[in-house]
Amino acid sequence: MMKREDCFKILARHIKDEAVVATYSSAVDWVAVAPRTLNYTSIGAMGLDSSHGLGLALGRPDKRVVVLQGDGSLLMNLGCLVSIGAAAPKNLVHFVAHNETYEANGGHPIPNRKVDFATMAKSAGYAATYDFSDLRMFEQQIAHVLEQQGPVFATLHVEPTGPLKYDYPSLYDPKKRDAFKQLWSA
Amino acid sequence: MPASGEAGPRQLSGAGIIAAIKASGIEYILSVPDITTSSGLLAPIARDPDFKLVRVCKEDECIGIGTGLAFSGKRSLTLIQHTGFLDSINAIRGVAVEYNQPICMMIGLLQHDPDRTPRESSRYGVRIVEPILEDMGIVHHLVSLDADIPKIKPAIDKAYAESHPVAFLVGRSPS
Repeated sequence: MMKREDCFKILARHIKDEAVVATYSSAVDWVAVAPRTLNYTSIGAMGLDSSHGLGLALGRPDKRVVVLQGDGSLLMNLGCLVSIGAAAPKNLVHFVAHNETYEANGGHPIPNRKVDFATMAKSAGYAATYDFSDLRMFEQQIAHVLEQQGPVFATLHVEPTGPLKYDYPSLYDPKKRDAFKQLWSA
Repeated sequence: MPASGEAGPRQLSGAGIIAAIKASGIEYILSVPDITTSSGLLAPIARDPDFKLVRVCKEDECIGIGTGLAFSGKRSLTLIQHTGFLDSINAIRGVAVEYNQPICMMIGLLQHDPDRTPRESSRYGVRIVEPILEDMGIVHHLVSLDADIPKIKPAIDKAYAESHPVAFLVGRSPS
């Protein structure tokens, strides 16, 4: 089992001009590790992060999009796996932090802790899927994962963390949305 | 009392709607099939190389995808049924309304009598659509007759210019 924050620290070393879509606990950890204009943290409704990511990937096929979704979010929008698999954006890499809980909503367990998201993504049509539970293996393979022709899916088996501080006014700041849009659409 | 428009034949041209959508600069159609618009809009759109059709599993996905496209400078139209609109209220609330995003929705009114207004519909689900849109502050237009088609392009242009959502309620199956 890994720590989400450690995974993101490793991931951040490989991120350049990609859009990074992140929400809730993943957004808190990601923004702390890698504050940048091309972070997209205004999702508006739980589960839609992957759909925002699909829109960004389709809209800018010349750039890459990384989605950092939680397992609770993905469960609220499981159909997105099929939609993304069918749309098949080559520039989308979709990570799911699988900590088996609704961490932002009190740490309650998801309905089935052992659900296999990577297998679901594979059958939904993702071009490549991965399943990581060892940090050293993740560090060894992350460059390869990010270079794959998408859509790419990777489950990160991570520990639940303690209560985080969810600074929603900052995560949902309209000025950050505007700055992102200006840079992404340029 | 006519549901919309004032004169002319009681018909709705699918080709006319599609022409208006194209004239509005819409490149992407995001859709879950809707029986009211199935043969008159979605089927010809699916065959039309001018459009990129993204078929999704559930209507609220369209709200996220459309926003990502808008952030990329691309225009999209969400083509769904009113039941899917009702199912997507939280996404529309959080993204289209609270983030002021230009989400353009074309919503088929399932089993609606096209010669009545949606508020007069015998279908409860149809009757509540306009009041919900109004409570949410979403601009909406009824498209039931050919005379309504000219509403489409200016409304889409305005939605993108001012960054707000807009809904077109399709009250008759386009032919």
